[in-house]
Formats: sequence, structure tokens, C-alpha cells
Amino acid sequence: MEIRDLYRDVILDHNKRPRNFGRLEPADAAAVGHNPLCGDSLSVTLRLEGDRLKEMRFNGQGCAISVASASLMSEAVTGRTLAEVDALYREVHALLTEPAHVPALQLGKLMALGGVREFPARVKCASLCWHTLHAALERHAADGQAPTVSTE
Amino acid sequence: MNNPLPQDTYGYVDAQGLLVAARVRADFPILAREVHGRPLTYLDSGASSQQPRAVLDAVERYATTMHANVHRGVHALSQEATTAFEAARETVRRFINARSSREIIFTRGTTEAINLVAQSWGGSQLRSGEEVLITHLEHHANIVPWQMACAAHGARLVAAPLTPEGEVDEAAFAALLGPRTRMVAIAHVSNALGTVLPVARLIALAHERGVPVLLDGAQGIAHGPVDVQQLDCDFYAFSGHKIYAPTGIGVLYGRERLLAAMPPWMGGGDMILTVAIDGSTYNELPWKFEAGTPNIGGAIGLAAALDYVSALGRERVAAHEQRLLAQATARLREIPGLRLIGTARDKAAVISFTLAGIHPHDIGTILDREGVAIRTGHHCAMPVMTFYGLSATARASFGCYNTDADIDRLVAGLGRVVEVFA
Repeated sequence: MEIRDLYRDVILDHNKRPRNFGRLEPADAAAVGHNPLCGDSLSVTLRLEGDRLKEMRFNGQGCAISVASASLMSEAVTGRTLAEVDALYREVHALLTEPAHVPALQLGKLMALGGVREFPARVKCASLCWHTLHAALERHAADGQAPTVSTE
Repeated sequence: MNNPLPQDTYGYVDAQGLLVAARVRADFPILAREVHGRPLTYLDSGASSQQPRAVLDAVERYATTMHANVHRGVHALSQEATTAFEAARETVRRFINARSSREIIFTRGTTEAINLVAQSWGGSQLRSGEEVLITHLEHHANIVPWQMACAAHGARLVAAPLTPEGEVDEAAFAALLGPRTRMVAIAHVSNALGTVLPVARLIALAHERGVPVLLDGAQGIAHGPVDVQQLDCDFYAFSGHKIYAPTGIGVLYGRERLLAAMPPWMGGGDMILTVAIDGSTYNELPWKFEAGTPNIGGAIGLAAALDYVSALGRERVAAHEQRLLAQATARLREIPGLRLIGTARDKAAVISFTLAGIHPHDIGTILDREGVAIRTGHHCAMPVMTFYGLSATARASFGCYNTDADIDRLVAGLGRVVEVFA
């Protein structure tokens, strides 16, 4: 496994020029995620319309993997129904953790994260944004407060 | 468990009296392995150092020839194990020049040693409204136990600030040392920055006010001679695995007068003289603080490690590390975008740094693929990171076995990091 299998061009590009970076105010749903390994944190703010995720912004400090993953995620989930987002969440989780996983969905650019599972110490970097998004939506569905999540 | 290692016989010292690191390196079997097909460059001794053959052999010899429980049996093995365990205590006493082996308490490590003091001393001495003074560069192990003790007794934790170089602001420290201060607990050497604290001066300031001082020696123990009488500290805590011994063994040194007045911390076997259902009497020092079967093999391994370092010569190891520090610092300063975090005048061989636009975790992963092991993250010193406005740094730390070639590989690896992110 070469280092460029992790740091693919798509990853490096999204790290350098993150898409949908920032914060939506007001937001319909929000959550903050922490990675205790490195002390980084990431916030996700969402605008929802019915059962559709209309807009997403993320904010925070992070490594190239976590920034690129959040940036790629923001592109992939915008405009999707919440059921589609949930399916993507599961699919990306499998991509990051299961060896030789065959995707059941069209993941498009998200496939660039495929190298991460060969670097076990970095899986949490890539999954933090997805866990944070998931937490924001779950809490929204429960109609409660925006929660804080951790990858631990 | 003596480790005979006559200094000049085996090529550990060159004609100039300097340590021959390549010879030392050969004593550490793990350093012969490869990582991702590259020779291993181990620059994470600040997190945990590797063990020389002498330590591995001592632990194995104990397990294969004399293991039994200590302080309990009349049979031969138990007596031999007890003798070896108590001999290890004496080796520790000699190494840090404590007055008596009653002042040497074996623990699991630095963290347990500090918790012992925070809970036992704190429980019997800390009162509501009093203060414990630490610094802003402490490892979490010298923050959280004091927060817990303070919370339990209504006391307050106060931290002396840092200068931009990562030194303790001594004037501010002196000003914070007030009539309410009951304990000073400070690092000997900062794990995140490498700063060597002016402990002699800080201890003198505290003692002028009659305040005892605990030194967190996790990083200090391996990077220069430690003489607790000369330092005049009241407690000194360290871990075996930072000084070439196994994990799971550490030491609390405590001034006998203070230890004697402290109540036992954990209860159990070995720490008692008599037990009845309506009450027990406690053992003498140091066993009063050693409930349960101790890490016997660990203590014997620790003694072998201390003998090994003594044979290399502590001043000689320190001089070697200072040479590596100076050389690596100069080389890293030449890398565009590299910022050194912690530039104290007096530093141990620990270099924290950041690279502009590249997260420390990415530096760590790419270096790892080059066979170079460094630490990345907050180094269990989050207040230090907050002080510098960072979430993490990359940290290279050096030990007796690191060579000039390790610095070359680090610099080349950082070149690769910059290339990937270009």
C-alpha cells in the first residue's frame, strides 16, 4: 500500500479547497463531533426541507483525511432524501472498515476514501463527519437538542 | 540482577568519551525490525522507550528461574523472588539517591504515583479554600488527579502561565505561590515541549513558604541525572517504560517524614500487619502503599534498565541526546513552513513542531510509511496546545539509541510529506 493510495488527488484537492465549509445560521439541525485521538473537532449544520437535506456546511480543524471526507460528504448528501443519506452513511462505513467491500450504491467520488481502511489509525478521521451528520439527523428526528458526538 | 557492562570494554564509548549510539542501538532487538519495508527509525521514546537485551534477559531469568509471590512464602522461590524484588528497590534508591529504600514505592507508573499522593496526601492534608499550584505545561496525569483531589476537598487548582518559548513564567509562579498554597506539583521536563523546568529554583521558592513539591519525572528520569536529595523535592514520580524498562512498573519517591504521616491508599494484602473484622493495623513503609501482589518481574526489569543506563553513563547519554537535539533542531529549522513549538533555553531531546498547512496526523502517517515513528496529537497536554492555539503537534523524541542516521531519515521523511502535499 503506497502513501498515495491514501492521499489520492481527490483527497488532496478537497483538503486544499474544502467545499461547503462554514456554518448555516440558522440551521435546522446541527451537531459537533470530537476525535479524542487528535483533539480535533468538527461541526455540521444542516438545512432541511421535509425529508430532504437541502444544504450542509461543516466547520472545524482537522487532518487532510477528515477535511476531505467532510467536504466529499457535503457534496454527496446535498439534495438527498434522509433515507438516501442514511444508506450512504452505512455504505461509507462499510467502505472504511470492511476489507474487499463491494459497494451496493454508486458512491462516486466517495470511493476516493477507499484507501483509508488500509490505515487503521486513520479510519476515525474519515468517519468523524459521517458520525456527526448521523447524530445531527437522529437528534433532529427525536426533536431534541443538537448533540455532541465522539469517535471513541 | 546486576547487569555487568564495563564501560570501555564493549565499544560503548569512543576515544573522545562520547557514546557510540550505533553500538547502543545493537543492544535493542526491536530496532533491527523493519516497518513498511524500511529500517525502523524510532523517534517516540518520549511516549515509550524500547528495552535492551539486558532488561529482556533479566525479566526472563526471573520468570524462568525464581518466580513466586513475594513477602509470603518460606520456600526457596519465594525467598529468591523477595530478595530480587527488594534488591530492585535498592537499585532504584541508589539511582535517584534517596536516603532510604523506605522512600521507594513501586507503582504501575507515574500516573498511579501521582494519584497516590493526590488521594492519600490530599485526603489527609487538603482543606477547603486551599490551593494546589501546577503549571500550564503539565501532562494530564499531573492535572486530573489534582482536579479530583481539589474537588473532593473544596480546594482550588491554580496553574502558573508560560512564556511564548514554553518556559514557566517564574515571576508569575512566585506570585501565585501564596498563603493558601498547600502543594506544588510540576513537571521536571515537559513531554509536549521538551522544556526542562528550573526545578531547583521553583522548589526553593515553595520551600521558603513551607510548601511541599511533587515532581512529575516521567520525562525527566531518562534525560539526565536525578538526585532527589540534591533537588530537595518531596515527591518524585516516574515510569519504567520511559527509561528502557517494561510497562506497568513505576516509582513514587517520597520524603519519609511525609510518607509516614500519609494514610494508606489502597487496601489489601501486603500492606497490613494484622487484620481483624473490626479493624486492621498497617505495614511499615514502603509496603504500606503496596497493596496486592506487585509487578515483581517489572521491578526486576526496571532495576536492570537503571543498571544499563548507569553503565552507559547518565551524563554521557544526556550529552549524546543534547547533541542529537542541537543537530535535529538546526536541520528542522531549514525546512520551509516548519515551526518549532517550544524553544526553551534548557530543553530535553524532544522536538514538537508543525508544518504550515499540513495536519500533524498526516505528517505522522506519511513518516510512518517511511519507517519513521513519531508521536502526533495533543500529547496528553491539551492546555499546552490551547496555549499555542493548536489542536495537535508532531513530536520527535530521542533516546540513547538514536543516531545521526535517524535524523537524516526524519528530515528525508519530512521532505516526502511536503512533496505529497505540494
